[in-house]
Amino acid sequence: MISVTARYFALFREQVGAESESWTVAPCSAGELFALAAQKYEFLDGAARCKVAVNDELADWSTALHDGDTVLFFPPVAGG
Amino acid sequence: MFQIAAAPIDVVALKADLENPAAGACVCFEGWVRDLNDGAAVSALDYEAYEPLAVKEGEQVLAEARSRFDLIDAVCQHRVGQLQLGDCAVWVGVTAAHRDAAFAACRFIIDEIKARLPIWKKEHYQDGDSGWVNCAKPIKPADAEAGAAS
Repeated sequence: MISVTARYFALFREQVGAESESWTVAPCSAGELFALAAQKYEFLDGAARCKVAVNDELADWSTALHDGDTVLFFPPVAGG
Repeated sequence: MFQIAAAPIDVVALKADLENPAAGACVCFEGWVRDLNDGAAVSALDYEAYEPLAVKEGEQVLAEARSRFDLIDAVCQHRVGQLQLGDCAVWVGVTAAHRDAAFAACRFIIDEIKARLPIWKKEHYQDGDSGWVNCAKPIKPADAEAGAAS
């Protein structure tokens, strides 16, 4: 099992009710962790419309997570 | 230079910083808070950014603009915090020897900023409702009950 920290922003933070959360999971990808969070919190926007960063670098959903990683889940962006 | 700004953008100062005798063209873009979005009357906007990555990605966009277009300089500032109608949410300024590059680069920069940076906006509406732009709207418990009853 690995322990990672998920950080939530904007709408996701409101739906989760917290800025961050610890997850202990079997080794998985960023996308697989997102799917767990999406199911738990009923996120309505799929991964295709969202972005993810791992340890402060934008990443692919296929990026493998390691113990101690921080994963940032970004809902659809709306700058400008 | 890309910056996230918590205070009103000083457009006069930003433009003054771009002054350069080699520049034949200066093209600036200001994004303003608008009163209507998708038919809903907006009263205010909250902008939120994940600043470390917004700045990193913003600098990357400016670097790409400088490499794609023949520029002298490119600057962008994006607000965070609560903004009122008419406030400037984002400022892009570009200088070049000639206008073709300046116009094209300015357009490129604002388009990329909007597509790529971890920045979000929550609209507050005149009717008291609010919603995150571009995000699917969660069904509120009151709406769900109304749906079930009918």
